[in-house]
Amino acid sequence: MKIIVCIKQVPDTNEVKLDPKTGTLIRDGVPSIINHDDMNALEEALELKDRYGDVEITVLTMGPPQADVALREALAMGADRAILVSDRAFAGADTWATSNTLTAAINKIGDFDIIFCGRQAIDGDTAQVGPQIAEKLDLPQITYVQKMDISADVGTVQRALEDGYEIIEVKMPCVLTAIKELNTPRYASVKGIFDAYREKTVENWTAKDIEINPEIIGLNGSPTNVRKTFTPEPKGKGTLLTGCDRDTVCDLFGRLKEKHII
Amino acid sequence: MNFSLTKEQEMVRTLLKEFGEKVVKPLAAEIDAAERFPRETVEKMARYDMMGIPFPKKYGGAGGDNLTYAIAVEELSKVCGTTGVILSAHTSLGAHPIYQYGTEAQKMKYLVPLAKGEKLGAFGLTEPNAGTDSSAQQTVAILDGDNYILDGSKVFITNGGEADIYVILAMTNKSKGNKGISAFIVEKDFKGFSIGKKEEKLGIRGSSTTELIFENCMVPKENLLGEVGKGFGIAMQTLDGGRIGIAAQALGIAEGALDECVKYMKERKQFGKPLSSFQGLQWMVADMATRIEAARFLVYNAADKKDQKLPFSTEAAMAKLYAAETAMEVTTKAVQIFGGYGYTRDYPVERMMRDAKITEIYEGTSQVQKMVIAAKVLK
Repeated sequence: MKIIVCIKQVPDTNEVKLDPKTGTLIRDGVPSIINHDDMNALEEALELKDRYGDVEITVLTMGPPQADVALREALAMGADRAILVSDRAFAGADTWATSNTLTAAINKIGDFDIIFCGRQAIDGDTAQVGPQIAEKLDLPQITYVQKMDISADVGTVQRALEDGYEIIEVKMPCVLTAIKELNTPRYASVKGIFDAYREKTVENWTAKDIEINPEIIGLNGSPTNVRKTFTPEPKGKGTLLTGCDRDTVCDLFGRLKEKHII
Repeated sequence: MNFSLTKEQEMVRTLLKEFGEKVVKPLAAEIDAAERFPRETVEKMARYDMMGIPFPKKYGGAGGDNLTYAIAVEELSKVCGTTGVILSAHTSLGAHPIYQYGTEAQKMKYLVPLAKGEKLGAFGLTEPNAGTDSSAQQTVAILDGDNYILDGSKVFITNGGEADIYVILAMTNKSKGNKGISAFIVEKDFKGFSIGKKEEKLGIRGSSTTELIFENCMVPKENLLGEVGKGFGIAMQTLDGGRIGIAAQALGIAEGALDECVKYMKERKQFGKPLSSFQGLQWMVADMATRIEAARFLVYNAADKKDQKLPFSTEAAMAKLYAAETAMEVTTKAVQIFGGYGYTRDYPVERMMRDAKITEIYEGTSQVQKMVIAAKVLK
């Protein structure tokens, strides 16, 4: 079985601080991590490898050169192959351009049974890239995977809903996106870390290597425009009216009228 | 001079930091109060190849180096001095002499399971009458046919009672003094070997420190480690490496205490201001941070020299001397900064202070370290 796990290196938002003047992230000195949901995807692939043996895991990321560290960590956890798709031309990409790039890279990798993504990244929070890749590759997709079993070329997957879950059977190849309930990611091992740097390699692919139309990548290929990022004004505490008698309702109506809401 | 760590070393540090915070720290207070050896932590450490960091992969190790191993001990000790010393004694004192002096057969039989963390190691040199005067050995080993028969006892042995494999020093020839001491590999189940008293200690209370008793203990002659009469040299060289581990433990304890102080000083208010705004306390913190920084360079330098196969004995003694005294000073100041609360078990600094004290004593007291350093300088 061949699994491609798409990962993203993100700032550790537990450690991030906001510049009080501009409302933007202070990225300096913030440690980078593999996005949490992507770790769940990678862990599931590793568990399949532990269980079935004959599983090849390729980790793929689009990012700047420092994303090499994230790929090394994935190799240290047990992935077999790592590909960094990196080029100045990819800079400023929104989810659309990102999924164009990743799709081109996946086409170059060629053979796969599962593309496993995290549900969403903690910095972008869009949850769009996984589904976009599925659409561009014309593959079935199951998002919010909280449990799965594989047998032969069929997956039985539990997809989380707000108030329960669905059980879905899916034929491979397919795209899945993982949520944190799926598993608890393992740590890399010390030996794995040394092997990741000394025995294994990270393949570096540029825009030319993946033969992609330059108009659909990077800032140029991004329909999304970020006009402004700001922290919303903190709302006041609000007032709590208790009771459901006539007087309380009249009080409520009076206040709503005052604020011209009704 | 390149003071940077490699990417692998940084990644191992991140791993150990996370492991320390998530797995080790939650148990630290409980294992100290209950004097409980954290077996479950040791098993998890084995799973992540932490028990054989500086040993080659062919011997079951992680294929790393001494600096990475020192960093691992440091990170663990930041949150739990006990866990730091378990790793240090196992790696430097239990496993390393077999790596350095063992035959290929001994390495495959003993080093591999130790490095993989399948078995735990320990080292027995100290006796009731042989502490700082470690050459005053009274445990004897007499060759009788295919076995050496060991008689005597060891005291204050870290990992005693929990370890599976012990490197033991004994006199094979009393008339030769230091040159009559030999080293042996003893398995816990050997006939005539038993565990004696378990010490109740001031600090590192989760670490098992016991007496070892040898009564007609039969040790196969192929378990002689190194050559007959070379045991004292083996012991001294082993302790040189062990000092790097203990220096790293002391460094970690000091860093952990400073981290706790920084957090506390930003939250705790007196006279309407956080403690961190008082200059007297700021100056204490500056002193603590500077000493820790100096200790860190001494520890890393000693480990790096060992990795480069350069002489490191003096550097290791300096690192251990300075880091241990730093740990004692920083943790004592930390309790002071926390005030009354620091004296209670509500906060970890009192445990850190109790843990720090032993680093000035074991694996060669601070006074012994000074002897080693002066001997080199005045040569």
